[in-house]
Amino acid sequence: MKPRVEVESLSKLYRLGSIGATTVRDTLERITSRFRRSTGTQQKKTPTAPPGRQGPQPDTFWAIRDISFSAKAGEIIGIVGRNGAGKSTLLKILSRITEPTSGRAILRGRLASLLEVGTGFHPDLTGRENVFLNGTILGMKRWEISARFDEIVAFAEIEQFIDTPVKHYSSGMFVRLAFAVAAHLEPEILFIDEVLAVGDAGFQKKCLGKMGEVASQQGRTVFFVSHNMGAVRSLCDEAILIHDGRLTRQGKPDEIIREYLSVTTPSETTGLSDISWKDGDAPGNDDIALERVRLVGDDGDTLEVFAADEPIGIEIHYHVKRRIQGNRFHMVLRTQEGELAFAATDHLYQPESQLPGHYRTKCTIPARLLNLRTYVMAVGCGIPGVRWLIPDRECLSFTVSGIGNQASHYPENWPGVVCPAIDWKVEAMEPSAAISS
Amino acid sequence: MAIPELQTSPPAKPEPPDYEIHIEARTGWLRVDWREFWEYRDLLFVLVRRDFLAKYKQTVLGPLWFIVQPLLNTLVFTIVFNKVAGIATDGIPPLLFYLCALLPWGYFAQNVTTGAATFTTNAHLFGKVYFPRLIVPVSSVISNLFALGLQFVVFFVFAAWFGLRGDAVYFGPAILLSLPLLLITAALSLGLSLLISSSTAKYRDLSHLTPILIQLWMFATPVIYPLSKLTGGDGSWAWIAWMNPMAPVVEGFRYSLLGRGTWQGAMLGVSAIASVIILFLGIVAFGRAERTVTDSA
Repeated sequence: MKPRVEVESLSKLYRLGSIGATTVRDTLERITSRFRRSTGTQQKKTPTAPPGRQGPQPDTFWAIRDISFSAKAGEIIGIVGRNGAGKSTLLKILSRITEPTSGRAILRGRLASLLEVGTGFHPDLTGRENVFLNGTILGMKRWEISARFDEIVAFAEIEQFIDTPVKHYSSGMFVRLAFAVAAHLEPEILFIDEVLAVGDAGFQKKCLGKMGEVASQQGRTVFFVSHNMGAVRSLCDEAILIHDGRLTRQGKPDEIIREYLSVTTPSETTGLSDISWKDGDAPGNDDIALERVRLVGDDGDTLEVFAADEPIGIEIHYHVKRRIQGNRFHMVLRTQEGELAFAATDHLYQPESQLPGHYRTKCTIPARLLNLRTYVMAVGCGIPGVRWLIPDRECLSFTVSGIGNQASHYPENWPGVVCPAIDWKVEAMEPSAAISS
Repeated sequence: MAIPELQTSPPAKPEPPDYEIHIEARTGWLRVDWREFWEYRDLLFVLVRRDFLAKYKQTVLGPLWFIVQPLLNTLVFTIVFNKVAGIATDGIPPLLFYLCALLPWGYFAQNVTTGAATFTTNAHLFGKVYFPRLIVPVSSVISNLFALGLQFVVFFVFAAWFGLRGDAVYFGPAILLSLPLLLITAALSLGLSLLISSSTAKYRDLSHLTPILIQLWMFATPVIYPLSKLTGGDGSWAWIAWMNPMAPVVEGFRYSLLGRGTWQGAMLGVSAIASVIILFLGIVAFGRAERTVTDSA
């Protein structure tokens, strides 16, 4: 059987500067230069040549380049990559919103794409009218919507408001209705962008469940772009990693997630627990730049795996290039699956201003706070309410493991992103009761 | 919540196994996939309905607004052009004279103004989901028919009233001629709106110019004066009527609904051919523009 989706060296070239308004003069220049080229005075243009072979064109860039993969019926494929890596462009081409510059794709079956929820919703129309509007925009037939209408409304849990204009809906109701329409799409091929980032967690789960069900039972192929590694891992059979417009890897979600975490960290890493940057590509700006971040254990050694009963030290080395005032470092800790554990900032500890020079800020996550998980940490710096100095970037990753004498206190698969040691006390309230240990 | 999959009517037609969508850089100049357009006819229907519903939601007069505007226009024309400027109306009661011409002209102007903004008003939609873009301007040409229908009713009400008062009012088989005239109007306005929207996709300049062009065009069309003003006399203005595909259409409406005015067969032939050519050019231009419009939006 032929694959459901075949993508062959798909590439998309964007012309910088043509975004937004073009002037008539630019167009005239382009036309005249094309004319000159066609008269043979310049190098011959070969649009079919593989991308990358063409001469450097200063005002263009390849949003995606030479991407090939295929997918079978019933597969759920996660597409992961950093922001700006080209995931959205790929999705836009495959959902036919924009054309590729070269390469091709063959999709066998009906196609629906969900790049946002509630596309085309009209605020003045009722929920009922919008279900039909949104559904047909997404490619459903009217009879299909009628047949599933009650199911959609029940799924959205808004039965009594279905004949109210959606502008009177709460944002939660709006999103639920929009999701419900989307969840009842039944194309052979479905593309879903980060849309699941909105809506409350319970409803998200319901939608994910519905989509998983749809894929496995009815043999649909689902493509799923997400930064939520937990969802990618639990939902997808396979994942592909897009990095700088290229497909770097296709494989099992676990492998791809690991690889994703490693490409989201900058070059020159020695593992994921000690990263230093050269002057040129260090995160930062003309005022301040990172030099090194590192995870240290109690004894000052760089560590990647921490015992649960061990404090986790984070060292941030940075270079202040100009006198700055009011800058604050912060770090955001997430589980590998993308759930936020906590965020912390040094605003009570940082001096009011810093003169040019090299500094080191250190903080410590106390022992017995985190659960037995792999965590990803982002570090950033800014002047609160004024501007970013160093945008957040996920750079460090470490694992808390049960080794050490605390191990017996942590059952395997204990839920929660943190698992703090809490004081418990049992007291006997009457003389006849007794506590023996 | 496992709901058994019920067979819903009509019987789910098995998806042809060779149903394939090919995605690649399209070439060629005529890029319309009519089969796909037909596949999306439900969307066309729903969009027409949306236009109609959304237009009068939260208004007191509701669909009455579709007739208030031409009536006010007629009133202004009667006062300014007939009473003050003294432009003759071929012996027809001025109110009927203007109202009749405003039927095709109002439809034409409405189609061009809404259709010309297709890419700008739908940029968000186009950037998020694919469907044949041509559906949108076609749907507004269809939904504007509702307003036209209501205006027709108003026109006949007034015609009857004038008839009862003893004015000479025509009601005869020539009314059927208004259908081909409407077809020309629809084709011409759709073609123009496609041309304008394709060019505004890249340069917004034309969107500022459109309302002015429409207004000037109205003065070059026998809306406030009879066509005989252009073709009569020494005929030195006749070229305007020949150049303007809307001129014989508007005059033809008077002939068909009021039994007065002139039926310009040759001029209408030119007008029909011009409309078809403009529609064709519009479709070609639109097909080119829709490929890349989301990249520059």
